[in-house]
Amino acid sequence: MYDSGKIIAGLVIFIGLFTSPFWYDLSSGTALQTPDLVLPTKADQKECVASLEFMRRDHMALLNVWRTEVVRDGITYYKSANGKEFEMRYTRTCLGCHANTSQFCDQCHNYIGVSVYCWDCHNTPVSVGAGSSAAKILNTKPEILNKSKTQNAKSVHLALEAASQ
Amino acid sequence: MSISRRTLLKLAGITALGVTAEKYATAHAGSTAAKVLSKAVGAGKRLTKSSVQKKVRLAMVVDLRKCVSDQGCTKCIDACNRAHNIPDLGDSKDAIKWIWKEPYENAFVDQENFYMRDEFRNKMVPVFCNNCDNPPCVEVCPTQATFQRPDGIVMMDWHRCIGCRYCMAACPYGSRSFNWRDPRPFIKDIDPDYPTRMKGVVEKCTWCDERVDQGLLPLCVEACPEKAMVFGNLNDPKSEVRQLLKDNFSVRRKPGLGTSPEVYYLV
Ligand code: SF4
Ligand code: SF4
Repeated sequence: MYDSGKIIAGLVIFIGLFTSPFWYDLSSGTALQTPDLVLPTKADQKECVASLEFMRRDHMALLNVWRTEVVRDGITYYKSANGKEFEMRYTRTCLGCHANTSQFCDQCHNYIGVSVYCWDCHNTPVSVGAGSSAAKILNTKPEILNKSKTQNAKSVHLALEAASQ
Repeated sequence: MSISRRTLLKLAGITALGVTAEKYATAHAGSTAAKVLSKAVGAGKRLTKSSVQKKVRLAMVVDLRKCVSDQGCTKCIDACNRAHNIPDLGDSKDAIKWIWKEPYENAFVDQENFYMRDEFRNKMVPVFCNNCDNPPCVEVCPTQATFQRPDGIVMMDWHRCIGCRYCMAACPYGSRSFNWRDPRPFIKDIDPDYPTRMKGVVEKCTWCDERVDQGLLPLCVEACPEKAMVFGNLNDPKSEVRQLLKDNFSVRRKPGLGTSPEVYYLV
């Protein structure tokens, strides 16, 4: 082989450069940072709208169904599997507990490289300014004025099943 | 028989052209052009007004004889802006407007009477989305981000809006605004319960759909100190809006376009 020295040296440099992001991550110690969720501690709200297994895998699909129901179909309440009713309202119902999105949502999203834009529009206690009066409003349960329609957990699960097929 | 390569290519080209032309012709003949035309002249649709069959067709009546916006009143506008997190971008070209004031001759461009009743000559008219019964904005939206609810409200699903602004081109009333920038820095007191919008999304008045769903009146109606705005079901003969329309002379904005606007102004 002609010029084997140059070629091999070139190859080594190329591979080194090509894989440099991996070396950078390894040396900076961020590579294996696993999600570290801080679970909400709300006295009056102990359980989520669905089971842990379901939410872990399908929370985004549930949010999609809720969004369609509320915005397009005028259904605003959700009856969970154990019969409890929740207002389908991302800002109060979901973020009411998971107020600190960076300690909860971002943990997994960052780990797997998902970027969501929920909070570009939906207000969070952080986006309206922690400690502000607006943030305090977000932490209280909304006054229920008029329950229009309720969506059952069962039909949401059916809709999700249909969507995944 | 043998065909030269040159002839084959020529034939193939001509055939392809023919097929395309035929597809195009069948797809467009009669359908689009005829539809556009019949919409424009209002054939069919306006005569058998779709809403007549429905139980609820929400509508707004604005009594201009009572409205004092020309005396500096901005109560309806303020209430709306605050509740819906409308950014204050000054009087710029890219201002976000849901409800605003327009001089009488601008609001009713097709009524160019040079001499008219004095009190209307310099009248300011509160204008906002007409939640049209035959909304062209809905017709053109490629993502169904804007759609008509069964009660007639022309809704916005901001999640779906891709910011193409077709709807802005289609709306003959300028009822829609585009977010050229992130509005959040321009909102003084954020109402945390109502979402802000993001850059690249179109927005407009939806007659407080979120309040209507809870059995409440739109905020502007509630805020008006003169009770100049009335909201209700047009398909209910006993409703206040119907009574007002029965007993008073009303005008609508650009009715000749066939959009069937559902804001009625008493003059
Ligand atoms: S006023 Fe404009 S935006 Fe509102 S429904 Fe009519 S066409 Fe659409
Ligand atoms: S700008 Fe948004 S709402 Fe308007 S037509 Fe395009 S997608 Fe639809």
